[in-house]
Amino acid sequence: MFAIVIGMVFVNNFVFARFLGLCPYMGLTKEMSSAIGMGMAVIFVMTIASIATYPLYSYFLLPFGVERVLRTASFILVIAALVQFIEMLLQKVNPALYKAMGIYLPIITTNCTILGVTVLNIDTFVKDGKAQPGGLVGSAVQGFSAGVGFTLAMILMSSVRERMEMADIPKPLRGIPIAFITAALMSMAFLGFSGLIKQ
Amino acid sequence: MSKWATFRDGLFKNNPVFVVNLGLCPTLATSTSLRDAVGMGLAATFVTVGSNVIVSAIRRAVPNRVRIPCYVVVIATFVTIVELFLGAYQPDLYKALGIFLPLIVVNCIVLYRAEVYASKNGVLSSLLDGFGMGFGFTLAVLLLGFIREGLGKGTLMGYPVIPGFDPVGIMVLPPGGFLTMGLLLAFFSWRRLKSKEGKSR
Repeated sequence: MFAIVIGMVFVNNFVFARFLGLCPYMGLTKEMSSAIGMGMAVIFVMTIASIATYPLYSYFLLPFGVERVLRTASFILVIAALVQFIEMLLQKVNPALYKAMGIYLPIITTNCTILGVTVLNIDTFVKDGKAQPGGLVGSAVQGFSAGVGFTLAMILMSSVRERMEMADIPKPLRGIPIAFITAALMSMAFLGFSGLIKQ
Repeated sequence: MSKWATFRDGLFKNNPVFVVNLGLCPTLATSTSLRDAVGMGLAATFVTVGSNVIVSAIRRAVPNRVRIPCYVVVIATFVTIVELFLGAYQPDLYKALGIFLPLIVVNCIVLYRAEVYASKNGVLSSLLDGFGMGFGFTLAVLLLGFIREGLGKGTLMGYPVIPGFDPVGIMVLPPGGFLTMGLLLAFFSWRRLKSKEGKSR
């Protein structure tokens, strides 16, 4: 379990090692506050989506033998419905929280990190067409820590970019190009974590 | 716009990756070798063309409020077709692309073209637009794959090209992907700035 957390946050960080979620990573890191709001929303939805899709796959798709045909389509629909539901629920139950991360919820549906983590859960916890024991808890932990890793990357990037606003950068490099080069340096630093767990 | 211009638009002027900055994740993740790049580019092209045609054909029947879920189901169908096809006929490529194959569903380029173009234009134009955007994406992945495989492994399509070349291993690792992308984007924006200056003079 501990290896999953360390692995998803540092070693196989979604942004730096797997290239997932680059669109919000480049689009929403100009300010710290939006980076944190998006990060929190992603942690929240990732955990719930992991808990929802794992049983769907192992108790509905697998027994009926339609897992290869329906996996992608059913997952994306479940995620879309879930996000819509969370949005309505938050609006009613906790308006303060809704204000903080509500505007990020609709964009999360087409965010590749969410579908990515649910597919990854299946790859990790379903072996040879059989659900492994403890898979549900494992999926939830994996989803949560992947979200934490994504948030960490967002916060790191936004704090660098806030300072870069003041810097005198050559004109062609301004904006996204320099952000990519910064990401290259960060992901090089994250390569240093790769010895932490056995692959 | 003539049919040829519709097709060409996605290739260079509105290249989905370098100009609109969409579909960055698969571009970086599958460009470690030219072979994966070709596979990813063609798979995404097929999905873009297919979903563009269907979305354009059903555009009058779909109510405006539920259009996005409808498009997503159409796209997911084509992605499943690609998944099953590659799993059956190209198992190596299927394994190499890994989770990025199902993730074509959430590739922003496909939904972007469905929403911006196919839902407003005829079937034939949408078909050409799908090919243009798909090939534009393929071109971008190929360019990155060419640079990264060439420098990182010293090979192209798995064949060694420069004898005695000491490969720069970091180029096939994630940092190399980010760096190549950053420098390419900087190059294209430098070209744009220069041509703008030339016109104002």
